[in-house]
Amino acid sequence: MPETITPALRVEGLSHDWGAKSALANVGFSVPAGRFCALLGPNGAGKSTLMAVLTGLIRPRPGVVTVNGHDLGRAPRKALAQIGVVFQQPTYDLDRSVGANLRYFAALHGLSGRTAADRITECLARLGMAERIAEKVGALNGGHRRRMEIARALIHRPRLLLLDEPTVGLDAPARAAITAHVHDLTRDGISVLWATHLVDELRETDDLVLLHRGRVAATGAVSDVTAGQPLAEWFLAQTGAPA
Amino acid sequence: MNALLAAKAIIGRELARFFTQRERFLAALVRPLVWLFVFAAGFRAALGLSIIPPYQTYITYETYIVPGLCGMILLFSGMQSSLSLVNDRESGAMRLLLTAPRPRWFLLGAKLVAGASVGLLQVAAFLVIAYFYGLKFSAGGYLAALPAFVMAGVMLGALGLFLSARIRQLENFAGVMNFVIFPMFFLSTALYPLWKMQESSLLLANLCRANPFTHAVELIRFALYGQLNLPALGWTVLSAIVFFGLALHGYEPARTRSGRRPD
Repeated sequence: MPETITPALRVEGLSHDWGAKSALANVGFSVPAGRFCALLGPNGAGKSTLMAVLTGLIRPRPGVVTVNGHDLGRAPRKALAQIGVVFQQPTYDLDRSVGANLRYFAALHGLSGRTAADRITECLARLGMAERIAEKVGALNGGHRRRMEIARALIHRPRLLLLDEPTVGLDAPARAAITAHVHDLTRDGISVLWATHLVDELRETDDLVLLHRGRVAATGAVSDVTAGQPLAEWFLAQTGAPA
Repeated sequence: MNALLAAKAIIGRELARFFTQRERFLAALVRPLVWLFVFAAGFRAALGLSIIPPYQTYITYETYIVPGLCGMILLFSGMQSSLSLVNDRESGAMRLLLTAPRPRWFLLGAKLVAGASVGLLQVAAFLVIAYFYGLKFSAGGYLAALPAFVMAGVMLGALGLFLSARIRQLENFAGVMNFVIFPMFFLSTALYPLWKMQESSLLLANLCRANPFTHAVELIRFALYGQLNLPALGWTVLSAIVFFGLALHGYEPARTRSGRRPD
């Protein structure tokens, strides 16, 4: 069972700076297969930079990122094929339908025709969005647009789902629904790395990586690292930032 | 096979966007038509043209500027697709594209072909109107010009791609108008032949000679008369390679600052 041995995501010795400003310093952690791991950190902790590195948009020097054993630096295409991404900023064409947006993405990943159509239907259904396939994305509310993006990230059946503050700008019910949907995905063996600064999106059973000022300040299961302290209080104590 | 599918999707998306933006199509068409119908009429009186290759006889000024206006359409189209790339960058669509498991050169190359296809459609529409205005070329001329349009479109698209790697915000795009489009267009053989330019300034004529847009226009001009202008082809291809190389360099992951936090 290689999945149980090889972590879905392994990050080692990762550093990156924007000119004189250090964004990530010797970051290392791993996400086991089928786990929901929260990348928790206050604003400016380096979460978005880390996400850009993990999606291959920027190349770290030094550092190693492997996705299901595939080195992102050496075999970027193999690694990227295993990743589904939901970016913090919206990445869709507002004037095209949900179906058209998803077909475009499917084609970028080499899927077409019946296969693409089946996967699109399946992924939309998974997120409770099946009936919206013909609607223009511009006509959807924020929560549904996000769900569409999550469905899209699943079309190529990735083993790892990366989400960069996916609930930004959503109201409380939409936030809760999306958090629950993504937690459910781990039941099918998908690993999730969920960047956030909102502690109420985490469950006791989740893993967490606390990123603070570009460094990993704590890592482990939520219940272990907080040692019984309420997560919000613990987070505040660790970072000095209100959760 | 999978790669072709991805390329088809990228080109299809660009064409679909083009067809939904009717104003863009109209603007692209009106610009050269104004030059043709208004400026050319005025310039005709002011500018005497002698017989220069590929022309075998005296030609009207309108006839002279048709290839230049085709080039102008491709120039604007190339810059327009660069504008849409900057927009894609800002909207995040570029991230989606660049995280697809395909080589970066391939993804950007497909974007380039997509932009050139849009430009080609605009040129075709312009030539149809020019035809009914009485500016006709032979069937062979149109056919021979097709690869010339593609090559010119790819070269100018590559320039746009390179610029889009450098431009961080849409607001900066006005600078492209002033510092790229206008100098490229006016310092070329699109509106006046080189010898005419040389009469007034050798320096300006030399700048025209160095301008890749001049070579693209001359490639089109000769092709429309069924002739191959080999040096023009060479310079256009070379420029395309250089611009595309610079664009790839600009989009190289280590240099891309896409990781900046969007405000």
